[in-house]
Amino acid sequence: MSEQSSVRLDGQGTAAEAVSDEVARSEEASILLDGQKVPFSEGQTIMDAAMAAGTYIPHLCHNPEFKPHGSCRVCTVTVNGRTAAACTMPAQNDQVVETSTEALQTERRRLLQMLFVEGNHVCPACEASGNCQLQAVAYYVGMLSPHYNHFYPQRPVDASHPDFFIDFNRCILCELCVRASRDMDGKDLFAISGRGINSRLVVNSPSGRLGDTDFHTGDKAAHVCPVGAILFKHQGYDKPIGERLYDRQPISEVGDARAAEQGDQSNE
Amino acid sequence: MSSSDLGNFISRVTDQYSRDPLQLINVLREVQDRYSHVPSEAMPQVAAALGVSLGRVQGVVEYYSFFHTSPRGQYEILLSDSITDHMLGKQPLMDYLCERLGVSVGETRADGRVSVGNASCTGMCDQGPAGLVNGYTVTRLNKERVDEMVELIDAGKPLSEWPAAYFQVEDNIRREDALLGTALEDGAALRAVLDRGEEAVLGEIVRSGLRGLGGAGFKTGIKWSLCRETHSTERYVVCNADEGEPGTFKDRVLLNRDADRVFEGMTLCARVIGAQRGYLYLRSEYRYMLEALETVLQRRRAAELLGENILGVPGFSFDIEIHLGAGAYMCGEESALIESLEGKRGVARVRPPFPVTHGFVNKPTVVNNVETFVCAALIAERGGDWFAAMGTEQSKGTKLLSVSGDCARPGIYEYPFGVTMRQVLADCGADNALAVQVAGAAGHCFPESEFDRRIAYEDVATGGSFMVFNRDRDMLDMARNFAHFFAYESCGFCTPCRVGTSLMKNLMDKVYAGHGTEADLEEMRNLGSVMQETSQCGLGSTAPNAILDTLDKFSDVYQRRLKSTAFEPAFDLDGALEEARQLTGREDSAAHL
Amino acid sequence: MSEKAKVATASLAGCFGCHMSLLDIDERLLDLIQVVEFDRMPLTDIKRVGRCDVGIIEGGVANAENVEVLRDFREHCKVLVAMGACAINGGIPAMRNQFELADCLTEAYVDGVGVDNPMIPNDPEIPLLLNKVHPIHEVVNVDYFLPGCPPAADAIWTFLNELLTGQPIALPYTQIHYD
Repeated sequence: MSEQSSVRLDGQGTAAEAVSDEVARSEEASILLDGQKVPFSEGQTIMDAAMAAGTYIPHLCHNPEFKPHGSCRVCTVTVNGRTAAACTMPAQNDQVVETSTEALQTERRRLLQMLFVEGNHVCPACEASGNCQLQAVAYYVGMLSPHYNHFYPQRPVDASHPDFFIDFNRCILCELCVRASRDMDGKDLFAISGRGINSRLVVNSPSGRLGDTDFHTGDKAAHVCPVGAILFKHQGYDKPIGERLYDRQPISEVGDARAAEQGDQSNE
Repeated sequence: MSSSDLGNFISRVTDQYSRDPLQLINVLREVQDRYSHVPSEAMPQVAAALGVSLGRVQGVVEYYSFFHTSPRGQYEILLSDSITDHMLGKQPLMDYLCERLGVSVGETRADGRVSVGNASCTGMCDQGPAGLVNGYTVTRLNKERVDEMVELIDAGKPLSEWPAAYFQVEDNIRREDALLGTALEDGAALRAVLDRGEEAVLGEIVRSGLRGLGGAGFKTGIKWSLCRETHSTERYVVCNADEGEPGTFKDRVLLNRDADRVFEGMTLCARVIGAQRGYLYLRSEYRYMLEALETVLQRRRAAELLGENILGVPGFSFDIEIHLGAGAYMCGEESALIESLEGKRGVARVRPPFPVTHGFVNKPTVVNNVETFVCAALIAERGGDWFAAMGTEQSKGTKLLSVSGDCARPGIYEYPFGVTMRQVLADCGADNALAVQVAGAAGHCFPESEFDRRIAYEDVATGGSFMVFNRDRDMLDMARNFAHFFAYESCGFCTPCRVGTSLMKNLMDKVYAGHGTEADLEEMRNLGSVMQETSQCGLGSTAPNAILDTLDKFSDVYQRRLKSTAFEPAFDLDGALEEARQLTGREDSAAHL
Repeated sequence: MSEKAKVATASLAGCFGCHMSLLDIDERLLDLIQVVEFDRMPLTDIKRVGRCDVGIIEGGVANAENVEVLRDFREHCKVLVAMGACAINGGIPAMRNQFELADCLTEAYVDGVGVDNPMIPNDPEIPLLLNKVHPIHEVVNVDYFLPGCPPAADAIWTFLNELLTGQPIALPYTQIHYD
């Protein structure tokens, strides 16, 4: 794609502005998020500023412990009238950011629906149901059906590891496990392969099986999957359906599944 | 292939590339060339030799179109799937080729002799139908030539013994203006920067108003300035010669005719920003030019125009390496191109930061198009005012257009910015034009009522692609071709593009096959809007353009195929029973829908 | 509403769990039949759907008969509702989409443990299977979706109330779930 239209031109313009704006930033810098003044500090994104202020912007691939990724696009907001991903967009003074408009909720619903038809998300048969971020964000944006036509890809489950299953049917390609294993565990056990609709998560072992890696329950990568793609064996339905994280309260109030899981652990 | 043979080969090749992980794509190309695929046993060995993970190697192999995981034939024939090649008769030719060879598209013949497939636009739209044989461009294909090729293949004749005429690529320059018509002595731009200083020449570039000619139109002077102002001891110059936009071939002509000026522009840029190293990222489809380009580089090194102490100036050192792509439209986007240069999957980076501050190996990098570098070299010698005197208020200078499709004289047309589409159509001999698609698959479609619009950033922006469709054409063929193109070329990183392009392709196919309804068109509009608004990079956000344009401006081509019903199933219901009919041998009335 | 609304229901490739959940509205059924007259549904034993105001479909589309019933409903019902996970995305029956149809049938009727007289059934009375299970919105136009496996009785109650009284459907958070 040697040609690009206005998209990159504007993007580049932002770069130029960003450089000159850096100087102008001061401690009381703030953005206007849905009409509320939200402060931010140097280097923060719109998502960072919103999270710090306790304002929920729906997201899936974003996890504040990791560098912003920007692949799911669920955190799309408007910034001075133009759409951008809140997780990667640097906050700049006096930006007018909207996140709760009906148009944005509709776009997010469409993105969620795309994720649902792309894989095989059989919630009634998934141990993560009720604790699943994909499901919870879908509830939050009022998704009642997948709307699009299903792809029904055939993706075998990998149950080769003694302590884990990987159900690729549920993978949404957020790359959190890829990032955690590479950047935190120093193991680099996962990667993305293929292209386009055939993109897929692969396990980094000659056999391609998780059982042939040193993946471990203590790995960060074992605790970041926002859906039910990487699941622990030997435990299931400890907490019954109906009493789970998102069964009673929306994600905008109880937060991300994995953050909540760690909260649970620290309480124990 | 014995395992020790493979092991020795990989060890030799990785040594040749200094076991540098940045060279992963080059290493894989050597393996692909030798074994007609990248064997699964090769991947761990390559990974180990380069010190990268197996997943990364696999990810790269499965990302690029020209790497395969299963063996291809001794001869691999790919035909360009560009809409312009189709207009020149690609499909019947493909059918004939397959019939003559006894092989189907996407397959390798049982004897391993030959395989046939499709390639995205090969950049020969002015001399198609075109294709690639073992990576080398063949042009002006016809039945006679296919017959001859089949004989050569059956006889096992090596490519080097095939008639040279098959591989002949014409420049087809039809109209010259300031860029093509102004001579530049080798080294003139470099002498200008040495005489006048970097600041002054950068000032000329800024004054010229030159904007990136790959299509994005970012001001070159600002880009160079931002890069120059960074605090770094290491900077890079990258020339984007990954001209993958369907219908574009002007960089091909510049590289063939004007490689010296391209390299001169890159070297000038290096002097201005303070870079020691440059890369020409050449799309794999232009591999046939590689040797000639290397020869030019050699000559320039010998002439002290490249290498250490250029023109005898101590410390003015800069050299250029040519990096071949491996089949990915995505890599025309500058950050994806940089990823590819680093031996990775060509996926667009999160921006900011931008390449001018964090580019190749995270160092400040200027990425410019081939044409932009040529203009920069001319401006260094002639001055910014000379350039700014041409064109329009916001679009200075001239533009090379790659004109193809339904016209008497396809080829390269250079005009000052501001030329109307009508003028271009008159000049190229398109007297029956129904529509022009400007800026390729990612661009926009214009019917006759808009032919007086101008080629300029303030009106109709383009990297150069200008495809003409006459009144006998069905614009749905174009829209559908592009829908397939984007679904194939989407990198898969972000949701709206990865899933949206495939949903769009399926909807287009449904409508094309006569199963669509008004509701499906509405769905395409909505889907297009989500893709435009939420995609991570320009590929996803421009992918629906042609569909939305044709829905808007050529609605009749959709309407005449629609069912009158309000709803049609997403799939062929009776067809979905076929498998069960076969398994049960049933043909009774209840066995059909 | 002066006249009672006619409502029909059917279970395609489902488990009847959604219908059980409908029964779980318990004594509210008595309120419901004040305003609703049931057409085809498991309670009435009516075999073919007549003209109806509302048709409620449980289950996905797995075979030729499912298609016929679904088309019949679409033709006869002013409003068509997809009720439950299977109608909405294929649900559990769609898990067979992971396998080729031939493999499913061979495993069940030829190679399976304890199979007697192995053969793939071919009696014309048996509905022929589609190569994949689909949600109903891929076969006919659907007006409303009520997710859940099954949707809770309260959700069904809320939904029917709002639908029959012409209000916009607005389920409270706890009544929307996919499991």
